Amino acid sequence: MRETTDAPKPDAAAPLIEIRGLSKTFCLHVQGGTRIPVFDGIDLAVHPGECLALVGESGTGKSTLMRSIYANYRPGGGRILVRHRGRIVDMASAEPREILEVRRHSMGYVSQFLRVVPRVAAEDIVAEPLRMTGVGETEALERARAMLARLRIPERLWRLAPATFSGGEQQRVNIARGFVVGFPILLLDEPTAALDAANRRVVIELIAEAKARGSAIVGIFHDREVRDAVADRLFELNPGKEAAA
Amino acid sequence: MSDTPLLRVRGLTHLYGRAVACRDVGFDLWPGEVLGIVGESGAGKTTLLKCLSAQLVPTHGTVEYDTRDRGLVDIFAALSEPERRMLLRTDWGIVHQNPRDGLRMAVSAGGNVGERLMAVGARHYGNIRREVLDWFDRVELSRDRIDDRPDGFSGGMQQRVQIARNLISRPRLLFLDEPTGGLDVSVQARLLDLLRRLVAETGVAAVVVTHDLGVVRLLAHRLMVMHGGEVVEHGLTDQVLDDPQHPYSQLLVSSILQV
Amino acid sequence: MSDDTLTLPPREDASTAAAAGAAGRLSGYNFAYLDEQTKRMIRRALLKAIAIPGYQVPFGSREMPLPYGWGTGGIQVTASVIGPDDVLKVIDQGADDTTNAVSIRKFFARTAGVATTERTTEATLIQTRHRIPETPLKEGQILVYQVPIPEPLRWLEPRETETRRMHALAEYGVMQVKLYEDIARYGRIATAYNYPVRVNGRYIMAPSPIPKFDNPKMHRNPAIQLFGAGRERRIYAVPPYTAVESLDFEDHPFAVERWDQACALCGATDSFLDEIVTDDAGGRMFLCSDTDHCAERRRSRGADAQEGTA
Repeated sequence: MRETTDAPKPDAAAPLIEIRGLSKTFCLHVQGGTRIPVFDGIDLAVHPGECLALVGESGTGKSTLMRSIYANYRPGGGRILVRHRGRIVDMASAEPREILEVRRHSMGYVSQFLRVVPRVAAEDIVAEPLRMTGVGETEALERARAMLARLRIPERLWRLAPATFSGGEQQRVNIARGFVVGFPILLLDEPTAALDAANRRVVIELIAEAKARGSAIVGIFHDREVRDAVADRLFELNPGKEAAA
Repeated sequence: MSDTPLLRVRGLTHLYGRAVACRDVGFDLWPGEVLGIVGESGAGKTTLLKCLSAQLVPTHGTVEYDTRDRGLVDIFAALSEPERRMLLRTDWGIVHQNPRDGLRMAVSAGGNVGERLMAVGARHYGNIRREVLDWFDRVELSRDRIDDRPDGFSGGMQQRVQIARNLISRPRLLFLDEPTGGLDVSVQARLLDLLRRLVAETGVAAVVVTHDLGVVRLLAHRLMVMHGGEVVEHGLTDQVLDDPQHPYSQLLVSSILQV
Repeated sequence: MSDDTLTLPPREDASTAAAAGAAGRLSGYNFAYLDEQTKRMIRRALLKAIAIPGYQVPFGSREMPLPYGWGTGGIQVTASVIGPDDVLKVIDQGADDTTNAVSIRKFFARTAGVATTERTTEATLIQTRHRIPETPLKEGQILVYQVPIPEPLRWLEPRETETRRMHALAEYGVMQVKLYEDIARYGRIATAYNYPVRVNGRYIMAPSPIPKFDNPKMHRNPAIQLFGAGRERRIYAVPPYTAVESLDFEDHPFAVERWDQACALCGATDSFLDEIVTDDAGGRMFLCSDTDHCAERRRSRGADAQEGTA
């Protein structure tokens, strides 16, 4: 376990994420029923103000674990308990509409692939999560623009659809969209993959602010510098075996 | 969150003689949710949609709708035909795959869009026209086409008229059958954007039947995969498309060309 | 007398021309041409129509001695309700003296032996094509309209199954759409005749191709109004004192035609005028369409003039 000295002590009594006995195996029917076990028996907890970094070699299931927390992947067994508006929701077994609620209000996910809604302007893409929490159009747009500015996206790009942006610019739109709401839980999958040093620093700042707000963050950081700057704990996944905390 | 779903379906089965069109379909749909139903042709999607939207009486099963004044009612057992038809004109909307099924070709586009207002008693021409023009803007149709007949419109424009015609009565539930079928790719894309925006703006719930996974990826929160008349998988759209469990779902997803 | 083919003997105490006419009635034909069972069938339809104002009742339209499109529906209705004491008036576009009006009047004179008249005030039964008399009708009078197309929704919906359903469910939005289309196209409601009306607050009815000028006359009329469409086989009715309202929009209210001219013969300014071309140099004159009304006005003006001059 490794703690950064200037992060606030997490509240050990009330984790925002608690995972118990999580397992995942892919079964590829299209390829003759091949089974690919990914992980088994995972237990972990993340507390408010804490950033947990998932580490391990490629293919050990870091992204799979993150997607499972988001309920994008279906685990084979186990529970994923998240705190949502004062109650506990098990993302592994909740009803679709509950999961949608959690995603709308409590959990944000920044991946490296901007699944762009084509032809929608960058500022609208960033404003959308705010609109979905009920924020008015004008305010949502203002806050979206502020976030884009913070991530150093030039203003002339705000009204354009990101399909023609560079990889780094698309990534920053993604990040803006993930951070603009201020979710209590944030999942970050390689957030700085395509970014230069200056932009990486902005992301580090955003993560620090989120932690200071009391958010719980789970991240995959291939960049050691970023990981060292933001992670309070590491969680290692080993190939095909039980993970060690 | 309210406790009453907008639409509750249980054990919905429809047979054509001995042939099973759809069997034992059940789900709840909540306000503002978009449910996609995918599967290949002949899988029973359209029959299912017709049963859901009261165009067909199912052989077995129930469809309950949360009406404004009476709460959850069985639309076949507890509503008379006039009441069902009233529902279809006000609280519900149906966007047909072929615009000709959903529009009156002998009536101007403006008349088509304004009809629902007049059907429930609107009697001020100026107000009706103003509201129609407003909806023309919202579906991105040029205002100067308002008095033209839709048989002179392109397919994409006809679909926009159909959408406006349905949404003007502020329905809470919309049924869409292959809304982008038969349209050019770029026209499809723009129509999908429009639908996505309107669904978000109006908060309408929707059931979308399509064989195009791109449509559901963009529009639907939840997805049901049909194969041979049965629902083989259902869940969140991103769940089913990114982590399909059932062999047929996996086949479907792997068949899409990544462009 | 139980034999259906027996015809009724003429009334003997009639002092009107009916008695004389009866003596000249065609033999070999039942009274008023139709057999009694047919009359009963039509009367049943009429009773149903009266009971449901504005509702189109199907009936077994019979083969008549004139083709469809010439008033067979109106004739069948008249034949079913006419009795030997009736006084019949027949008008065609307001005139008693056109070929068709004359023919139909003669038809009933010969098959029923009834008295006929051109004066609205004297008639008990009036059959009309496309006009309502200007002279207000009274209780006890019957007005029979000849109807070409009884279905007001036919312009939009060709399927009979569907129009019947629309009437049953009062799905009349499309009728309002028709008026909307007029305003969108012409800036005003352009429908000038056969203007759709709502009867008794329920059914939408086609009043037959009377000019919209006449629509207000149907409203709360003391007479019985019967409508017959022979080719389409439908009968409908408006009982006395029933509400008949022309459809419109709040900001485009129903309005009747107006003329700048007065009738060239009687000077009327409030009747429906026909425009008559008098020469090939553009000469024209405007005359009352209702010939009896015009004649009556001229009679009384003549009488006034005689009384007025010393």
